Amino acid sequence: MAHYVMKMPVDEGQVRRLRVNDTVTLQRTLFGIRDATLIALFDRGRTTRFDLRGHAVIHTAPNVKKVDPSPQHPAGYAPVCIGTTTSDRMERFTRPLLQRNGVRIVVGKGGLRADSMAAFREFGGVYLAIVGGTAALETTWIERIEDVDMDDLNPESLWEFRIRDFGPLLVAMDSHGASLYDVVRHDVEARREKVLADLGLKPR
Amino acid sequence: MKVDTKAIEEAARELYIRALKILPADVKDGFARLSARETDRTAKGVLATMVTNIAVAEDTDNLLCQDTGIPIYNVTVGRNVDFDGYALKQAIRSGCERATREHPLRSSVVHPLTRVNEHTSCGIEVPVIHIDFSDLPRTLRIEMIPKGSGSENNSFLKMAVPADGVDAIKAFVIDCVIAAGGKTCPPTIVGVGLGGTSDLCIALAKRAATRELGSRCSDARGAQIEEQLSGAVNRLGVGPQGLGGDATAFAVHVELAATHITMNPIAVNMQCHSARRATATFTPEGVSFGF
Repeated sequence: MAHYVMKMPVDEGQVRRLRVNDTVTLQRTLFGIRDATLIALFDRGRTTRFDLRGHAVIHTAPNVKKVDPSPQHPAGYAPVCIGTTTSDRMERFTRPLLQRNGVRIVVGKGGLRADSMAAFREFGGVYLAIVGGTAALETTWIERIEDVDMDDLNPESLWEFRIRDFGPLLVAMDSHGASLYDVVRHDVEARREKVLADLGLKPR
Repeated sequence: MKVDTKAIEEAARELYIRALKILPADVKDGFARLSARETDRTAKGVLATMVTNIAVAEDTDNLLCQDTGIPIYNVTVGRNVDFDGYALKQAIRSGCERATREHPLRSSVVHPLTRVNEHTSCGIEVPVIHIDFSDLPRTLRIEMIPKGSGSENNSFLKMAVPADGVDAIKAFVIDCVIAAGGKTCPPTIVGVGLGGTSDLCIALAKRAATRELGSRCSDARGAQIEEQLSGAVNRLGVGPQGLGGDATAFAVHVELAATHITMNPIAVNMQCHSARRATATFTPEGVSFGF
């Protein structure tokens, strides 16, 4: 179990080095994506002017305040509360994010499934688990909203955040086929029968 | 007692913001209880981060979670309370809109087909407003619940039959908790609705999921199942955030209603660890805020 500080963007080698249970702190840049952003990009053929190659994306849709553009708020938005949403809904978009846009890191909560696992292995990517529901804390790791694209989808726009000491985040799925969620799933399945028996249920 | 519509609008606005920022004391106590009992190293760390977040939200006057949820207002009208019912519903809606625009909050509410977001946290039938009556003299109580989607997306209904018995109830609850895994942002409050019609059963599950921690089902048999299941779910190993550990749920809560001789409906609705709620109570002395 090692801790890594990663200045974004990163290359394939840096990501392949990560193993589940390692921890990572991200620096510099993080992109925010959400259901509507991904549907627009991959189901409706829209494109973004952002270059996501080597970057990290987070499953989010922030609370923001519209302000006059300034050096502190170059995109005309001030962050209010920025957190993380459940990743599972966006499972089918991991592969195209990695394959077509060159994303290396997905930050989210609750985990992703088999096809994301395969994509992480194939293209060199990882899933970093953040503690869901701790947005007040997460917001303190965001310096400013640098830029925004596809803003007609607001709050589900494609956000570019300037970050500082974003983490520590837990490597929960790596590029070598390991997933903490699989480990837990097997463990829970093994305990299920005893839990039901303790409740007085006969095995069916 | 006459209740002023403008005061209700102000309270509806204030309640939404308060609920998003300050976690009720019973939930904070719940964290302390789960943390003390947790044996898994990763899970201990996750719980500690959640507790830190509660303090950061209070210190920075920020929202606990980015998910502003679907706004729900539960209104309980006591005896001898005089108000214009239609105006009350309008006032709640307008308070909810104002909270969203004035704070500002992320509007998490869209049309189900067009997916258009009006940026008001309002839409057709939303905010959800439930109105009920109590025997409390000259009291009007409004409870606000911002219901997050991570937990709400894991809602379940099973129309079991009488022959399936109580065993079906227990097995269904356990399997719902397993199916939800980390997606509901555990530790959760697992709300279980039993009996009624299908729609009432789901409403009961929501009522159970949003009940104060430490409260018990008023039906003795219901309370017994609550206790059994509360112990059982924390032996599954799902853990906080689904990353393994003991703390899968703060509690399992049961609410029940009579049902048909041919029916055995079971519903499960969960509340995430950010188990947010706030209340405003109107009496002749004025309005007071709490949980």
